[in-house]
Amino acid sequence: MAQQDTVEPTRRDFLYIATGAMGAVGAAALAWPFIDQMNPDASALSLASIEVDISAIEEGQEIKVMWRGKPVFIRNRSAKEVEEANAVAISDLPDQNARNANLAADAQATDANRGVEGREALIVMVGVCTHLGCIPLGQSGDFGGWFCPCHGSHYDTAGRIRKGPAPENLLIPPFEFTSDNVIQIG
Amino acid sequence: MAGHSNYVPQSAAAKWLESRLPVIGLVRGSFVDFPTPKNLNYWWTFGGILFFVLIAQIVTGIVLVMHYTPNTAMAFASVEHIMRDVNFGWLLRYLHANGASMFFIAVFIHMFRGMYYGSYKAPREISWILGVVIFLIMMATAFMGYVLPWGQMSFWGATVITNLFSALPLVGEPIVNWLWGGFAVDNPTLNRFFSLHYLLPFMIFGVVLLHVWAFHTTGNNNPTGINPKTKQDTIPFHPYYTIKDLFAIVVFMILFAYFVFYIPNFLGHADNYIEANPLVTPAHIVPEWYFLPFYAILRAVPDKLGGVILMFGSIAVMFVLPWLDTSKVRSGTYRPLFKQFFWIFAAVCVGLGYLGAMPAEGGYVIAARILTAYYFAHFLIILPLLGFLEKPKELPASISEAVLSGGGKPAGAVAAPDTK
Repeated sequence: MAQQDTVEPTRRDFLYIATGAMGAVGAAALAWPFIDQMNPDASALSLASIEVDISAIEEGQEIKVMWRGKPVFIRNRSAKEVEEANAVAISDLPDQNARNANLAADAQATDANRGVEGREALIVMVGVCTHLGCIPLGQSGDFGGWFCPCHGSHYDTAGRIRKGPAPENLLIPPFEFTSDNVIQIG
Repeated sequence: MAGHSNYVPQSAAAKWLESRLPVIGLVRGSFVDFPTPKNLNYWWTFGGILFFVLIAQIVTGIVLVMHYTPNTAMAFASVEHIMRDVNFGWLLRYLHANGASMFFIAVFIHMFRGMYYGSYKAPREISWILGVVIFLIMMATAFMGYVLPWGQMSFWGATVITNLFSALPLVGEPIVNWLWGGFAVDNPTLNRFFSLHYLLPFMIFGVVLLHVWAFHTTGNNNPTGINPKTKQDTIPFHPYYTIKDLFAIVVFMILFAYFVFYIPNFLGHADNYIEANPLVTPAHIVPEWYFLPFYAILRAVPDKLGGVILMFGSIAVMFVLPWLDTSKVRSGTYRPLFKQFFWIFAAVCVGLGYLGAMPAEGGYVIAARILTAYYFAHFLIILPLLGFLEKPKELPASISEAVLSGGGKPAGAVAAPDTK
């Protein structure tokens, strides 16, 4: 019997392995539709972009719009809020990344990088806590920005995480101005 | 399961069947003639109680589905329709909702019983591991069932729990979108949760059969933790334990009925009678009571990924419990030190449950951190060390000796059972 172990692989061995490998590939290919059917479908993806008129938002006001089933906060911040956000040193921030989908991935979390270029008071953020997905309450918490009641995350007036379990700043979604007063999110 | 029956079919029909499918012998061997230690106390009835509750949940669930609509536009209204319009709908839904809580009450007692009497130790490791698997599937089933009424707690509970997976580096975001079937909890999420909520109880049923098969192969543990040595140590399962289990089930049903008929919403949350609103998070999101200890562990850790890892770790550690406990003595009855640590551990679990219901701030967080550390220390430090440090009491010579010397207490100078 021991002699057989040293014998060269036969054609039959090759056929076994080739058949088995082909079967595994086939099983994986068949499994994929059953897994992929759970991913966001065409109807969910087709709702991935909205247009919002922001002309009516006065200073100190905020609107919430729905984008991809999530709220987006669009806030026209007061001068005081902008000032507070600018006064924070980057080194004091738990998350120093701007988390702004419109900028480079390594942009720093300065207020200018969080707000809208040329309209410093305006800020557009996905209103979903980066911890476990609750909606933070506006103008509350230790830093005058947003506070998530679920697990106690505090965000400042630029939506940057300052205290609590959330790992990241509130996400700035991709958006652009289609005219002076209309932004398209997504 | 089989192999304990001396069943010989008598009638022609039974002979005909038994020679083709030996199902009568299987059932008799497993649940009639099965030799069971004669000293099982009432803590051992919770297995039977759990089987009863599982069947009750499946039966009430099947009829609720005849009236429920799994669609975000209609789910909440269809549950109200069950409550107000469907004949006895209120009863069926309250039985099902409170049945979930009863299931967890019974399973927690069942697990603590296993821990106290060392039922996880060799040769019953597989029974214990299958039990932990059942516990995990139960938690998934309960969580998805709670989402179906599509109230505020349903929606935000689903959001928070599914977001746990976003803590995973790199794959977190795609996994969460895959679970949701979108970019937030929405109709696709509700539909798939409904599908899985219907499936998983039957998977539990399957694993329960394996669980029973495993400890019927090794034989039941018992309050002394020593193996039956002679025929005098065991009695047939039927009628002795069928009647004892049935009596315990009836007593348990009194508790169940008290909740259903007198305080049906005591364990629920008022917020879940508000229809889900993706734009407003309730001020206090609290999971169902049976998840509170794990929720407290999640919140005790200031880091998102760390919290998720510890929370899952608190259950994962139970899989290796049979190898963490180094003591050769099974039953806590004969382990003076273990006994004390067991009750401290039980109190810590209850304490974590309390802290899970409190807001995550100030002293509550600190207390939750201390108790979380103790929870893991119990498994990873105390149990491995106790086996070496503790001097167990003397074990009785046999189950019969322990019984005749008065309950499960250590045998003193007692006459041997055979001398009467």
